[in-house]
Amino acid sequence: MTSGLWELVLKGVWVTLQLLFLSALLAGAVSFVVGIARTHRLWIVRFLAGFYTEVFRGTSALVMIFWVFFVLPPAFGWQLVPLWAGTLALGLTYGAYGSEIVRGALTAVDPAQQEGGIALSFTPWQRLRLILLPQAVPEMIPPFSNLLIELLKGTALVSIMGMGDLAFSGNLVRLALQESAEIYTYLLVIYFVIAFALTRVMRGLEKRLKAGVGKAPSRGSSPQQELKRAETTGVGASSSGGVLG
Amino acid sequence: MKWDWGAVGDFMPQFWDGLLVTLQALALGSVISFVLGLVWALLMRAPTRWVTWPVGAVTEFVRNTPLLVQLFFLFYVLPEWGFTFSALTTGVFAIGLHYSTYTMQVYRAGIEAVPAGQWEAATALNLPVARTWRVVILPQAIRRVVPALGNYVIAMLKDTPLLMAITVLDMLGQARLFSQEHFQFTEPLTVIGVAFILISYLASLLMRALERRLVH
Repeated sequence: MTSGLWELVLKGVWVTLQLLFLSALLAGAVSFVVGIARTHRLWIVRFLAGFYTEVFRGTSALVMIFWVFFVLPPAFGWQLVPLWAGTLALGLTYGAYGSEIVRGALTAVDPAQQEGGIALSFTPWQRLRLILLPQAVPEMIPPFSNLLIELLKGTALVSIMGMGDLAFSGNLVRLALQESAEIYTYLLVIYFVIAFALTRVMRGLEKRLKAGVGKAPSRGSSPQQELKRAETTGVGASSSGGVLG
Repeated sequence: MKWDWGAVGDFMPQFWDGLLVTLQALALGSVISFVLGLVWALLMRAPTRWVTWPVGAVTEFVRNTPLLVQLFFLFYVLPEWGFTFSALTTGVFAIGLHYSTYTMQVYRAGIEAVPAGQWEAATALNLPVARTWRVVILPQAIRRVVPALGNYVIAMLKDTPLLMAITVLDMLGQARLFSQEHFQFTEPLTVIGVAFILISYLASLLMRALERRLVH
């Protein structure tokens, strides 16, 4: 590998990181909006949020990316810059998975907490902001950490669209060198290093947030959590994980 | 921009071909991931670090790196090492390997959920180790985790379009081929999008029926 080729790979890393950051922001926003909407009083709001989740959970992220790249432009006259098209497709898809995490954590808060808020005549918005979210958010961090890794792996999909991310740069290097074992090994290692760093950061965040509500951070994943990974639940899956009961 | 039913009709023959390939890849990939995942889960219970450490490290690595890059790796590197397989075979193996690192966690959960009394009873009955696993532990462990394994089948379904990147003509591959020939993108992509939703919905209905029969 010459220095020129390494430069190509580094450019790819930069694009991947940008895409990861932007789509994580969008996915986070979608997760909270849709997840909270699914616990709303009005059935129509719950229904619409549920419908969104099912549609985006049921299709493949790659099909979504194709949709945003090829169908949106003629249908709505929007031609997006590749980076934004990728961000939109990934953010909306992974946001649907994330909304399940948010909803699950909100419904897992002790109902007495809600009742306490009602007894103190808090408005619904106050109950959410002051009681539910501070207790639910720390619980969301480990599953969100998993989802972030899934999102990182998902960013590689945009290379199929010719966006110059890390996976795409690997292809260019392969063509230049006429051999593939070396470059793809480097690629996998780079992705692994990014994933490892993300996991560490999320663990630190969990520790700090849980200290705020007087809890110890979770140690590894419990069997229950492994059976309920948000990114695997299919369409119409009941999210009550009573599998091991 | 108008929706053209004619294009949908034209796409149908290719769609069925693609659907067949998608379902084939899904079925074979699932079987590989179920078997390999169980192998990893059992190896992870080995009494020596010489086994558990490498298995743990490798599976962790596979789980945290993109399936697409793994596909490219196998597709381009294996021929260089003198192994030539068809694109579909390579793809199915990659999907199976990738998801086996998830299913091993599911099996682990199921095995850990078997009550300690079952182990003790097997010991009391003087059953040999292999038989304990075969007739006491695994049947109970696997019954419990079928629904979770089913979730990964749906996750695998959503990853089958990646095979398009290594020249396999699955549903997305066919849709892409069609749109390049006819310059109509909306209809084929929408058709396969709806097909994905339908298949995953059917799969989760099936899973729930299985769950009711096996777990309760």
